[in-house]
Amino acid sequence: MATIIDRRLNPRDKTIKNRQKFIERTRDQIKKSVKDSIDSGNIADIENGKIRVRVKGTSEPEFKTDPKTGNRRYVMPGNDQYVVNDTVDKPEDGGGQGGNQGGLGRSEDDFEFILNKEEYLDFIFDDLELPDLVKKQIKDVKKIKMKRAGYSNQGNPSQLDVVRSLKNSLGRRIGLARPKNEEIEQLEQELEQARAKKKKKLITELEERIAELKRRQVAVPWLDPFDVRYRNFVPHPEPITQAVMFCVLDVSGSMGQTEKDIAKRFFFLLYMFLHKKYEKIDIVFIRHHEVASEVEEEEFFKSRESGGTVVSEAIKLVKKIIDERYSVSDWNIYVAQGSDGDNYQSDYNNTLAAMRSLLPVVQYYAYLEIVSHFKVQWSILAPTELRKAYTSLEKSYSNINIQQATTVKDIWRAFKKLFSKEKEKATK
Amino acid sequence: MSKLLYDTNDWTFDRLRIVEDAIRDIALKELRLDVYPNQIEIIGSDQMLDAYSSHGLPLMYNHWSFGKHFLHQAYSYRKGFSGLAYEIVINSSPCISYLMEENSMTMQTLVIAHAAYGHNHFFKNNYLFKQWTDAESILDYLSFAKKYIAKCEEKYGTEIVEQTLDACHAIMNYGVDKYKRPSKINKKREEEQQKAREEYVQQQANILWSTLPNKQEKTVVSKRERFPAEPQDNILYFLEKHSPSLKSWQREIVRIVRKISQYFYPQIQTKLMNEGWASFVHYYIMNRLWENGQISDGNYLEFIQSHSGVLTQLNYNNKYYNGFNPYALGFAIFTDIRRICTDPTDEDREFFPHLIGQDWLEVCLDAVQNYRDESFILQFLSPHVIRKWRLFEITNKEVDRHVTISGIQNDQGYNRIRRTLSNQYSMFSRLPDIQIVDANLKTTRRLELHYFPVNGIKLDKSKDSVLKHIEFLWGYEVSITNLGLALAGETLFYI
Repeated sequence: MATIIDRRLNPRDKTIKNRQKFIERTRDQIKKSVKDSIDSGNIADIENGKIRVRVKGTSEPEFKTDPKTGNRRYVMPGNDQYVVNDTVDKPEDGGGQGGNQGGLGRSEDDFEFILNKEEYLDFIFDDLELPDLVKKQIKDVKKIKMKRAGYSNQGNPSQLDVVRSLKNSLGRRIGLARPKNEEIEQLEQELEQARAKKKKKLITELEERIAELKRRQVAVPWLDPFDVRYRNFVPHPEPITQAVMFCVLDVSGSMGQTEKDIAKRFFFLLYMFLHKKYEKIDIVFIRHHEVASEVEEEEFFKSRESGGTVVSEAIKLVKKIIDERYSVSDWNIYVAQGSDGDNYQSDYNNTLAAMRSLLPVVQYYAYLEIVSHFKVQWSILAPTELRKAYTSLEKSYSNINIQQATTVKDIWRAFKKLFSKEKEKATK
Repeated sequence: MSKLLYDTNDWTFDRLRIVEDAIRDIALKELRLDVYPNQIEIIGSDQMLDAYSSHGLPLMYNHWSFGKHFLHQAYSYRKGFSGLAYEIVINSSPCISYLMEENSMTMQTLVIAHAAYGHNHFFKNNYLFKQWTDAESILDYLSFAKKYIAKCEEKYGTEIVEQTLDACHAIMNYGVDKYKRPSKINKKREEEQQKAREEYVQQQANILWSTLPNKQEKTVVSKRERFPAEPQDNILYFLEKHSPSLKSWQREIVRIVRKISQYFYPQIQTKLMNEGWASFVHYYIMNRLWENGQISDGNYLEFIQSHSGVLTQLNYNNKYYNGFNPYALGFAIFTDIRRICTDPTDEDREFFPHLIGQDWLEVCLDAVQNYRDESFILQFLSPHVIRKWRLFEITNKEVDRHVTISGIQNDQGYNRIRRTLSNQYSMFSRLPDIQIVDANLKTTRRLELHYFPVNGIKLDKSKDSVLKHIEFLWGYEVSITNLGLALAGETLFYI
């Protein structure tokens, strides 16, 4: 009769330690791979959680024969055409046909595998940190965790606290003066002696005392259900920090598809990053030209508008939404803005005013200015209207940060600058 | 009333029990199998991947290379390059078979017959397994090894432990005394002895290497004696006992790798037979179940489909050809033994006079017990199978720009093909013959290895990295010499 055991509930990731060891060993290479994948703009892959990584130097050498050397004889199946003494030219690379060089056509030193999403994000955001991460009250309670909370006189056997129970028992026994076994034994010995000496009076006296002690021993049990204590657990709400992220995108005529693409990648990175840090995250998409509106994600990245740019409208809208929906005490608020920096001159003061009312309530304001190729080419690199305004705010507000990007490749650099740990230290 | 063991194809524990009963009946009564007690464990596919990556052993110590194999397996599994095994079975007592929860009831039936009876019987009866492994104690030993290595990592740091393991793994195939029978391993004794051994070996190594000048040495000019006196092919053992630089805990790690290598030694040599026998057993049992009306026609068809899937042999010119499929070839030979015994042709009478009229089961059971792949092919590969498989022999000389067909499936070819194929499965052609010939104790402490090439076959460049690993374990310079004679164009020896 076979024993059948269900092991499905056993810990699953048995090799997780081995996996970690391997990743640790190839850390630097993976890091480079990950960086390349971002630079080449394959960020979208992250969402599928399938990042292919190629690493070298993980071969496990052993003594092997070189298939190109020596004389060999071997047998193969499926002869469909040959007779003895037929010859077949060797393939150019001099391959030995016989051996079992299996594999999937990758060189042995080149090892390809898939990082899972968690590992990938760990690598991406390894040395990044959110500024002012700690915050805020908890509103959304998702997790309930059982926490130790003293002792209880009810519970299940697995939670029985033996030491505590025995302490109680001991205290009670002392308190109620429960006769010890030794006491009775001693009296019984005396009784024995008394009987031997036939002291009648002493015998009855001893017998009575023993009976009394025994009665009390029964009356005061060694362990009373009353003594038993269980470790107590109470449900405890786990705090979950939450964040809201505002993506503000300029969709005016001056923002072309390339610029928007750059902005999109930037927002995506930010989104992944926040996602790692917070369990619950809301995203609000706001786009603006002369007017600002809150839109769905789809619409946010796709449609193109024409016309001029009034940034203050967007900032006011952010503030309005915060006031309406995201109470400052409950939410970590992040704003990321992508723009080419154009703004009506007449809006300068409005923008400043709007920002001054917004900045105190947000955790961090990241501004990515997308400088078009055109401008770089013609060296039109004078500060834009918006940059001028924001730069003037930098002095009085530490939570605004400005970065520039021209191509997709700049994004990672810009992103890193916005969130690097060193930066945070520096500002402190 | 229906005799069907199960009517829907989803497995349940009750159904597994019923099916196992029926299989055991056939296996023990009709096939006269002799098996270790069975322990069947249900696992998920990710657990299967886990088990895969560490030699299929459930309790392997931790090492990055297993993580690498896991990642690779997971990668090719997800990309669809490779499927997962339906089962893993461990040579232990009780014999543990892993079944995947994703399998259908028919697949579970097949796998129980294949692993829990086919492989199990092979493990218990084959002479190599009897000689080299101790099914009773392997799991205990692995758990000892795992704990010991984890303890070392804690005590001495992961880096040095990893380096030691890397080095040992590089020469893992050289951890067997081919000519000596090993002592059985036992966890408790192992733990008790480990400490004593640690002290003793360290002491010995110290004596061996004590550099205090000896008065006698100055006066008597004696020729340096070769050490070791005889060439040693168990490199791991030699390093464990004689390396001047290893710490005692490192010696223990070398020993662990050596013991595990020894555990696998029979498996490498009997892959074809083992898989062939297990396939033969499952095929027999499944057919019997069907004949008895215990599984339905539909489920039988499902079995046939997966059976023929697993037992497919690709031809040499197929893009995915990757050598012989041990399941298929082994199964073909066992099936053919049955045919020869029960329904011989004139040709069979000529080639296998001793099999004619024998009880086929007796012959098969005897083969399982007393052969390994190499001798099994030499003894039982029949012209019938050679023709059916259209086997042919190729001669590949280094100097030629072409290979020559030197034997095909005809009267002249049968013996050549049988011999060459058998040779292909010999340990010598699988593993380069490398031995320790000299450890210069007196002066340079250089360790010298010899490689004995066959037919001018050289070692490939990976030997340099392996030597580095041996140097790490030895602590001093290590060199290897190719002892091959100049390659004469025409010579081609059989080993």
